[in-house]
Amino acid sequence: MFSKTIAQLAIGLKKGEFSSCEITQSYLDRINAQDKKYNSYITVTAEQAMQQAKAADTAIAAGNAVTMTGIPIAHKDIFCTKGTRTSAGSKMLDNFIAPYDATLIEKFNAANSVSLGKTNMDEFAMGSSNENSYYGAVTNPWGENRVPGGSSGGSAAAVAAQLAPGATGTDTGGSIRQPCALTNLSGIKPTYGRVSRFGMIAFASSLDQAGPIAKTAEDAAILLNVMAGFDPRDSTSADKPVSDYCASLNQPLAGLKIGLPKEFFSAELNPLVAEQIQAAVKEYQALGAQIKEISLPNTALSIPAYYIIAPAEASSNLSRFDGVRYGHRCESPVDLEDMYKRSRGEGFGAEVKRRILVGTYALSEGFYDAYYKKAQQIRRLIQQDYINALKEVDVIMGPTTPQPAFKIGEKTSDPVEMYMEDIYTLSLNLAGLPGMSIPCGLVDGLPVGLQIIGNYFAEERLLNVAHMFQQATDWHKNTAPGL
Amino acid sequence: MALDRQDVEKIAHLARININQEDINEYLGNLTNILGLVDQMQRVDTQNIDPLSHPLDAIQRLRADTITESNQREQLQQVAPAVEEGLFLVPKVID
Repeated sequence: MFSKTIAQLAIGLKKGEFSSCEITQSYLDRINAQDKKYNSYITVTAEQAMQQAKAADTAIAAGNAVTMTGIPIAHKDIFCTKGTRTSAGSKMLDNFIAPYDATLIEKFNAANSVSLGKTNMDEFAMGSSNENSYYGAVTNPWGENRVPGGSSGGSAAAVAAQLAPGATGTDTGGSIRQPCALTNLSGIKPTYGRVSRFGMIAFASSLDQAGPIAKTAEDAAILLNVMAGFDPRDSTSADKPVSDYCASLNQPLAGLKIGLPKEFFSAELNPLVAEQIQAAVKEYQALGAQIKEISLPNTALSIPAYYIIAPAEASSNLSRFDGVRYGHRCESPVDLEDMYKRSRGEGFGAEVKRRILVGTYALSEGFYDAYYKKAQQIRRLIQQDYINALKEVDVIMGPTTPQPAFKIGEKTSDPVEMYMEDIYTLSLNLAGLPGMSIPCGLVDGLPVGLQIIGNYFAEERLLNVAHMFQQATDWHKNTAPGL
Repeated sequence: MALDRQDVEKIAHLARININQEDINEYLGNLTNILGLVDQMQRVDTQNIDPLSHPLDAIQRLRADTITESNQREQLQQVAPAVEEGLFLVPKVID
């Protein structure tokens, strides 16, 4: 049961091999027995899950089922869920019971999916290791002293540990792709604006995007089918038609033009990871693809540009946490300023404070042109590199991360060292393009992720390219040792 | 530009975040490193490059000026730290 994909569970439900109540109860029991090891959930909503499962079984019996009906999944604790704590991994929101559902949650509810609970994450999605959570670090099922990646580390660990068959995540600078790479999963960051952000706690508004974390590209397509679409309540939502992401999964890849950016294979890439990526590229050649070396010359600049733009937008977004309307308020403030300062000083963790300070500095009087505007100009250059490259090739491939999962505590002393882990993922968010990570090998027993980047709104193509690889290889079938 | 302890205190004040005196040096070190990293940008010539603020260069969508939400004051105030008679309470601002 626990090794089944969402696609397999959906078939079993339809045939009556098992009920949603049975699957849901099995997952809840497993979470209860095993999650102490991983800390992948912040909140488990057992009672609501069983109610949803009963409703799903009724819908299935009545012939009103869609693919996701009755399938239990986990949601990153960044999506507001009515009546359930929505913490964003922060002490600031430890007492926050969301008064409404995010659009993404509404869509899964409308499909009669089951929510098992809310997954752990780096505080306000700021981090690449899930070590920045108020609720403690998450352990990678692939190694007990290894990070699962971040910021959607809880979602990735939950799926990799088979504590949920799929999960939702968000990706501001790699927070879906990097955890997928480190835990042998398939995930997609859609085009900016493809999935509604209404009710998704904001980090950096010009970069944030939600997407699925799954065992296979096919499951990611099933989940994205529920998530994607225009939402008038999100002013950045793209008013464009949505494809059926499952429709062309099996389209042959003959003639596919793949670009390999030479900047993604530079000195910082672990040579053993590079070998796995090259082997995956060979597999694509065997499937009929043509390979072309390309250049994205401004790749290295994505780190400085991102680490100005994201903190600047975060400092503005997180100013809403003032201790007045919701969230943490300090004890006995002497005046308004004391209340703001101590509520925020106590409510935010170290990395969030660092980023707010950097962002505040970058936006402060006299520095705007040198930092924020400069970063936005570089952002244009990075986007232009991609636009030029995607005129010559259909998709771009490379590693998702420079190395496999690192050890817990290995990179916490210097934030800059942690930021360097994001070198291959940030530029995509800056350009607003869609990208995937899929498993393509192991190095010293740890998973390696292949990143696949496509043009704006080319999610259907990316999922097809990923799915065909998974028809020809078995890397995605590897599970963490001991499972 | 090199930062000092006073800069960190000033930035923290602007951000309305209380920082313990004993942590200032650590923040100073972190911020100095981060600003060192982002200073790479200054080497790039970006004259005549339009800043990119929205990846799809979309403009703000407008909607008809009609009421779409119902009043949910009581429900929304359930998560507030301090409320009285439908108002949010804060420390006294005006004497």
